[in-house]
Amino acid sequence: MEKRAVFKSWWLPIVFALPQLLLILCFFYWPVAAVVNWAFTLEPPFGGPAEFVGFANFQEAFADPFYWNSVVVSLIFAIVGPLFAISIGLVLAIAVDRQLPGSGFFRFLYILPYAIAGPAAGMAFRFILSPERGLAASLNAMWPDIWNPAKYGEHALALVIIIFIWKWSGYTFIFLLAGLQSVPRALGEAAAMDGAGPFRRAIDVQVPLLAPTLFFLLVTMMTEGFVGADTFGIVHAVTEGGPNHGTEVMVYRIVDEAFKGLNYSGASAQSIILIGLIMIFTFIQFRFVEKRVHYK
Amino acid sequence: MADIAIRAVRKSYGKTPALHGVDLFFASGEFVVILGPSGCGKSTLLRMIAGLEDITGGEIAIDGRVVNRLEPRERGCAMVFQNYALYPHMSVAGNIGYALKVSGVPKAERERRIAETAKIVGLQDYLARRPAALSGGQRQRVAMARAIIREPKVFLFDEPLSNLDAKLRISMRAEIRKLHQRLSATSVFVTHDQVEAMTLADRLVVMNRGHVEQVGRPLEIYHRPASTFVASFIGAPAMNLVRSRVEVESAGIRFGGAMVAIDPAFAAKLRGQDVTVGIRPEHCCLAAPGDGGVEARVDFIEELGVGRVAYCEVDGLPFAISLDDHTVVAAGDSLFLTLPSEHLHFFDIESGRRIETDAAAPVAAPAASQHSEQTMGVH
Amino acid sequence: MIQRTPVANAVTYAIMVFGFILLIGPFLVIIAGASQTMQQVNAIPFSFLPDNQFLTNAAQAWKRADLGTAMTNSLIMAVLVTAGKVALSAFTAFAIVFFRSPLKHVFFWSVFITLMLPLEVRVVPTYAVAADLLQPVKSILSLFGGIQIGIDWNLLNSYTGLTLPLIATATGTFLYRQFFMTLPDELAEAARMDGSGPVRFFFDMLLPLSRTNMLALTTIMFVYGWNQYLWPLLMVTDPSYKTVMMSLRSLLPADNGTPDWNVTLAGSLLIMLPPLIVVGVLQRWFVRGLVATEK
Repeated sequence: MEKRAVFKSWWLPIVFALPQLLLILCFFYWPVAAVVNWAFTLEPPFGGPAEFVGFANFQEAFADPFYWNSVVVSLIFAIVGPLFAISIGLVLAIAVDRQLPGSGFFRFLYILPYAIAGPAAGMAFRFILSPERGLAASLNAMWPDIWNPAKYGEHALALVIIIFIWKWSGYTFIFLLAGLQSVPRALGEAAAMDGAGPFRRAIDVQVPLLAPTLFFLLVTMMTEGFVGADTFGIVHAVTEGGPNHGTEVMVYRIVDEAFKGLNYSGASAQSIILIGLIMIFTFIQFRFVEKRVHYK
Repeated sequence: MADIAIRAVRKSYGKTPALHGVDLFFASGEFVVILGPSGCGKSTLLRMIAGLEDITGGEIAIDGRVVNRLEPRERGCAMVFQNYALYPHMSVAGNIGYALKVSGVPKAERERRIAETAKIVGLQDYLARRPAALSGGQRQRVAMARAIIREPKVFLFDEPLSNLDAKLRISMRAEIRKLHQRLSATSVFVTHDQVEAMTLADRLVVMNRGHVEQVGRPLEIYHRPASTFVASFIGAPAMNLVRSRVEVESAGIRFGGAMVAIDPAFAAKLRGQDVTVGIRPEHCCLAAPGDGGVEARVDFIEELGVGRVAYCEVDGLPFAISLDDHTVVAAGDSLFLTLPSEHLHFFDIESGRRIETDAAAPVAAPAASQHSEQTMGVH
Repeated sequence: MIQRTPVANAVTYAIMVFGFILLIGPFLVIIAGASQTMQQVNAIPFSFLPDNQFLTNAAQAWKRADLGTAMTNSLIMAVLVTAGKVALSAFTAFAIVFFRSPLKHVFFWSVFITLMLPLEVRVVPTYAVAADLLQPVKSILSLFGGIQIGIDWNLLNSYTGLTLPLIATATGTFLYRQFFMTLPDELAEAARMDGSGPVRFFFDMLLPLSRTNMLALTTIMFVYGWNQYLWPLLMVTDPSYKTVMMSLRSLLPADNGTPDWNVTLAGSLLIMLPPLIVVGVLQRWFVRGLVATEK
């Protein structure tokens, strides 16, 4: 879409855009270029200019079983988390959208978890779902070790995913509720005239019309699950990738490898793979958004 | 006060041409209405005068000065927009006075002129309100006041009445006319509404597909449309247009099972060629059955309160006839018509341009006589 | 619509209450735990009833994690990120939307692409730039003329370093762009007819009209700024610049020390409070900003 009424000046837009463009250049494009550069080069251990090594850094990453472990962990994280977050958001949105007395109160509350940073939420959940105290203690007393994230990788992964779901359910709820409210009221009324009860209406009319929003959320949430700030934050604050690499998602491994292992080239190669993944997601989303525009 | 000269002005968006060489001259103080269907280029032309749109070719001069490269603010024009384009975050006073504020008029002076202008349009009691708290008519007045306060040489109106309801539109029309008499600045008014155009214009410019079809006084255009487009665009219901061959021997055209006589000299001139023949619904006369009139079968009747329109079929083609209050017809009836030759219009079948007849109706035919020409004759 | 659907209504309420327990329950546990004594907080089964120890616990947490400094730093950081974003994005969006210039598409895409790659995947080199801001300039210079400059401009342990890289993304720009696109063309045209140039139009029309958008952007950027984790973790080594997210760790009970989770929870609650208040009080704007920036 283009605006018709435009001002004519070649230098004013440059002046206006310059501050942000400079920042982006320094802190976005330069670093991204550096990632690409590092991914294909290796700095000799005793100084000197970096050598071009082709795909060696990638091969090294692929050869490492822990790398593949992080891919699997990330996949589980980025699929299970979003699916639950979206399902919970959807059910709550449909309920609140019925606008029964008091639903405004619930709507107000459901968004609150989204205000909490992943690591802060993680801190609280370490207590809430701790095996020794809080709620799980009674369970563990009956069946020892039924829940022990400090000991079992799977439990730890479940824990970080639960935190992710908790934080993002309110977010998907907001979008789905907005989506539901943009469905023309007459549609629900038409379905009611056709004899559909509330459940049927939700399944036959509302959910299909939400398809664009659902798809949008799926893509955003999966991107968030793979590379989101909270994904890193939750894992770092709650489990530090452990126990036994059980929660080592790809982002965590990249940062860990770079700043603990000081292996910039390996970390960059892994970043490139992750960037490729995001680009695929974004591309899918674009294609879809385009379709949605035509649909209207 | 300024005249506007438009010389061979062209406009294209990329490769799509929007205006193909327009030549017009608006005299100082004149009220010109540009009329045409949407997409005909009328708004584009107006916006080029305003300086909101680049001129692809040709030139526009205001008061003898070529303005092609001047910014809108340097042209001395004020504009009233279709959706008013009021500044939503400013009060009525702020809206009216914004141009003065921009040009650095001192506050006291500004307030005096705002009050003065508000009085002209009857908004003195609403100066503190925001546009959102005004009715459609009031918003329209703010937009007018915003234009008036600048004492412009030229007023530009871009379909300013089209967002108002029918009743308000009529009263605003009268007000604009009065305002023009009072300020007598050159005014260019763009509209797609022919009634608005006929009632407001000193001079009318009819445009179609980026061309000027005809320029003239409203009645001149009504009585001597220069093309089939103008003929069908001006007048309601629209002029009936049929394709027919001029037969020299009988000096007439064959139509609806009858022979319609035309001037023999003119018939000889057209020598058996095909033409488009037009007659306005209000110029058809009813004849008694059996008098050899054109037969029209009535499809349906549209009641107008004052008179009615019979939508008929002649030779399988639609044909409208205006009837007076006394003529009672029903769907399915047959009407017999005589088509007075002085009210026939002829157009070239290819170009659609008017072919002048010597027997053409006098330009200033009195409008009141139209209905009296009808005679009773219902079958 | 007349609806008499008692069963569906009951199910609806059941769902909403379930959602409440799921999403708000953790807050209740935090509040309860934060106001209990150490014995209560470690009791099995856990009591969901708050007690009166919150102020004591909070005071202890405040001291243990030096929350005074951390809160101040986080506040400064969140405010700077917010202000920078609100201002710079408006400028850029104006340049992109209201000018006919061949560069506008370059601007648009170069800003748009930043949406795709979050800080986490480019964090190492971004850190390198922050450690030596002139590095890009130096590299380019040495590439072309072999010129070396010896100046280092280091952003580590500074508010500039904490905020600038976070401002360098597109979210706000798109919010403004969406809004500017909805303004009728005639608004700018009317302003032009009234003699206003682009700069004047920006300040007289666009900024006042953008107020609600600015508020929406302010809420989401504040939460974004306050909740930053990884970046401060890397940028800050000097304790006087540490932010709240960094001090979370020092709130944790030591592995074999006293399990005073009541203090930890009280501290976490304090850290959660500012964004919670913003989202709670300004929820309308927050939700609007959220929905608008993403679509």
